[in-house]
Amino acid sequence: MSTTLDLITRVRGVRGAMLVSADDGIVVAEQLMEGIKGGAVAALAASLAGRLRRAMEAAGTGTSVFWHLQAEQGALLVVPGANSPGGGSILVVAVAEPDVNIGLVRLELLRVAEKVI
Amino acid sequence: MADDIRALSTELAQDPQSLVFLRLGEALRRKGQLDAALRVAMNGLERHPHLADAHDLYARVLTDKRDYERAFDEWDMAVRIAPNHTGALKGLAFLYFKVGDLAQAEAHLEQARKVEPDDPSIDQAIAMMRGGVSPPAPTAPTAPTAEHAPAPTAMPAATAPTAASPLDESRVFAGLEGANEGLLLIDGAGRVLGGALRDRSGADVTDAVAAYLAGVSQEAARTAKLLGLGAWNGLSAEGQQGNVHLAHPTPEALLLVVRERGIPLGRLAILAQRATAMARRWLERGT
Repeated sequence: MSTTLDLITRVRGVRGAMLVSADDGIVVAEQLMEGIKGGAVAALAASLAGRLRRAMEAAGTGTSVFWHLQAEQGALLVVPGANSPGGGSILVVAVAEPDVNIGLVRLELLRVAEKVI
Repeated sequence: MADDIRALSTELAQDPQSLVFLRLGEALRRKGQLDAALRVAMNGLERHPHLADAHDLYARVLTDKRDYERAFDEWDMAVRIAPNHTGALKGLAFLYFKVGDLAQAEAHLEQARKVEPDDPSIDQAIAMMRGGVSPPAPTAPTAPTAEHAPAPTAMPAATAPTAASPLDESRVFAGLEGANEGLLLIDGAGRVLGGALRDRSGADVTDAVAAYLAGVSQEAARTAKLLGLGAWNGLSAEGQQGNVHLAHPTPEALLLVVRERGIPLGRLAILAQRATAMARRWLERGT
């Protein structure tokens, strides 16, 4: 799975990528630059994804297929919903610099999500 | 006037790229042929999307058709393209006055006066507005005044801006597209502060969505901080049937914009920026 994450981390400006169990926020696979606390990020990303999914379903927009948290010094990009081999839901997560090509990272996240089903 | 319209139509037919559509659209508008004026304005905009006058014309027609939300967007676009476009500044002032935001109305008129200090209509509009009377809907600068323009409308007492509650929740996003079906402002505990949401079937889902979003602002802030990304600015999400954008006008409040999937996330972010600025002003007025 780490090799699959290469698709994401090779994009210029990406600082790391992870596969996270959406149900419990546990890291399934990761490729992160030093200094990024994978476990904590996974837990928060899963929690945020859960809230967002429920809110979007209530708003009638359907399940989210991609979301993107923008911050002053970078971004967190997530493709939710791919099913892991064990049956649970997987989040494909990237941490990126502020000037990253969002469109390109999104495409790679979606590709990885397809591969890990 | 009918001859003018015929002549202008012929001229436009001979050279569809020409700017004569501006005069034709205005002439049709003044004659009350609003659907025809709208078509001319839209066709002109398609050919000249970066022309502030085209957005201004379209906004004037929309205003005559009482489509104030879209008119606001068009005038807003016109001043983004040409910040000193007095027609658009006066148009925005007119719409701000209509929703009771006197400060913004006057600020836009003052800005127009700086650009055209000798235009008596601007002084007149400021005086009318201060007297509680709606300034006239803007007209094209080159067009003759009064005879065909919509009559200046004094606002009925019941809707006069001075009578409105400063924190009337229906006014938070007044003038913005989807103000009462796709924009929501909540506090940190998930309580609705303003706006409303409807799902695709038209059902009111405001409270349910607000409840699910409670705490999202804090969680987004924690996540960004933990990653060393600084303060979070916004969260965009694509859904299967629609897109959303979250922003925080204040550290405690959360703003949600929901639109159909055809609206790209970038455009949604621009709309969210406008809504955020309006929400911030509205919240500040209440403190």
